[in-house]
Amino acid sequence: MIQKHNVIEVENLSKLFGDFAAVNQISFQVKAGEIFGFLGANGAGKTTAMKMLIGISSPTSGKATVAGFDVYREAESIKKNIGYMSQKFALYDDLTVKENITFFGGIYGLSKKQIEQKRCELVEELGLQEVTNSLVASLPLGWKQKLAFSVSLLHEPKIVFLDEPTGGVDPITRRQFWELIYKAAHNGTTIFVTTHYMDEAEYCDRVSIMVNGKIEALDTPKKLKEQYKTNTMNDVFLKLARG
Amino acid sequence: MKRFVGFVRKEFYHIFRDKRSLFILFGMPIAQILLFGFAITNEINNVDIAILDQANDVNSREIIQKISASKHFSIVDIIQQESSIKSIFKKGNVKAVLQFENNFSSNLIKEKQANVQILTDATDPNMANTISNYITSILKNYQQELNQTVSIDYQIVPQSRMVYNAELKSVYMFVPGVMTVILMLVSAMMTSISITREKEQGTMEILLVSPLKPFQVIVGKVFPYIFLSIINAVVIVLLSIFIFNVPVKGSLFLLGVESVLFIITSLALGILISTISATQQTAMMISLMGLMLPTILLSGFIFPISSMPLPLQVISNIIPAKWFIIIVKGIMLKGVGFGFILKETLILFAMTLVFMGFSVKKYNIRLE
Repeated sequence: MIQKHNVIEVENLSKLFGDFAAVNQISFQVKAGEIFGFLGANGAGKTTAMKMLIGISSPTSGKATVAGFDVYREAESIKKNIGYMSQKFALYDDLTVKENITFFGGIYGLSKKQIEQKRCELVEELGLQEVTNSLVASLPLGWKQKLAFSVSLLHEPKIVFLDEPTGGVDPITRRQFWELIYKAAHNGTTIFVTTHYMDEAEYCDRVSIMVNGKIEALDTPKKLKEQYKTNTMNDVFLKLARG
Repeated sequence: MKRFVGFVRKEFYHIFRDKRSLFILFGMPIAQILLFGFAITNEINNVDIAILDQANDVNSREIIQKISASKHFSIVDIIQQESSIKSIFKKGNVKAVLQFENNFSSNLIKEKQANVQILTDATDPNMANTISNYITSILKNYQQELNQTVSIDYQIVPQSRMVYNAELKSVYMFVPGVMTVILMLVSAMMTSISITREKEQGTMEILLVSPLKPFQVIVGKVFPYIFLSIINAVVIVLLSIFIFNVPVKGSLFLLGVESVLFIITSLALGILISTISATQQTAMMISLMGLMLPTILLSGFIFPISSMPLPLQVISNIIPAKWFIIIVKGIMLKGVGFGFILKETLILFAMTLVFMGFSVKKYNIRLE
């Protein structure tokens, strides 16, 4: 069911700010349906790299395609084919759940009927029946997070980019959130996720670890642990980050 | 187009669900125009004045009677010497002193001319001016009455002297000023806040990652404010016509078109502010300090530009409000046509283009 072709291909991609290389010649591929963990300490260049892939920042040099589109020339096509959720779970607090869904469905060009249908599914799945007409501001953080994720999937993107999606939520909620991620991946959506929770790295199919703008390691969590002779991803990360 | 409608609907939800922005949008214009209208009115009532009657004869007493009978003045003090004038002004409640010269009646009959001096406390120049005009007109009335009964022309010559402030040039018309300030406030401040709010919430990022183009996002955000500002302009003009009887001598259509131009100038400024500020608070501070203060102080709204020191006069040229006030005064009060305000219109237009150019540049840098 899952096609094994690459949906993200990156080759020697760099981003310079003056003399400083925020992203320094990184290369990697992500396969369709994969959960790809993009790890790194704060300031390692994760966010900059991700911004180039989602088409809101243009690279200094190197090649990259996302969903088959070139990041230099076809940013607009990329935007139609990806979903994005930021670490702020950005929804409109002063709009109701229903209005948020309608709005975001609308800007992705979904028809009224599609939005209606998607909304019913989504509300059903997340158990939000009681609060569809409440303002998002009144929802607990965990619900906002799940809603934001589901909203980023409204237009059935091929790839969804998650920028530290679990910041500030409790472990149980994080766990539930990862169940949603698995479900989406199971349906064929590719997941590209940045995180600095190392236990979450264990949930990914493959992870890359960025240090100072470069990708220092890239493999399955299991192989990385073998390679660095440790029991946890946390230790792998510490070994790498400390050089 | 459907996306645009959805976007604008969302914007209206934001506006109508936020009581503060609703108040600024609709409460402020009405409150301001009413405040300015009633506070800076040319009507005076029950102003305290004092009399120094050195003549104390028939005519002077008749004039005093007339003045005390008017609802505009109440005579609170009769003083005996010129030297007490200063001290009475210093106390502050007496706004004017009316001084009759010696032998007022006999001068009037023999010389056919008699003098009254009106001394006004011009720490408040407008008030002083108004008081002086009112008293002068009472004197004129009295003079006419005299001349009806007698065939000789008697002349009472009022000599008014403004104490503390000899030059009185600030005849300001508040409606153009208030209209300018409100449109500036609503357009520039509200849009810059609403755009930075999206940045703060992180929703701007989501919008930029969506298929919407950056300019579609900006137009979508700005559009509701064009609409609301136009409503505001209409409300202000209606209030000034029907409550304060300010005439609109020129074309209402022209006034409308020029207002839309100024609204767009302000929106462009608001967008520019939002590109340089990261938070709503910064945007608000920049709008208030950087726009509102110069708009109120340097545009000629309250202080006449001609009496400013030269450097400020030069600076006033870059304040969009200055040009719009000239336009509004021209159309409303003088009834001029488009030809007379062509220069001002072109300046505003050029400013708008410059602000937009800067915003686009800033915006692109930020996206890099």
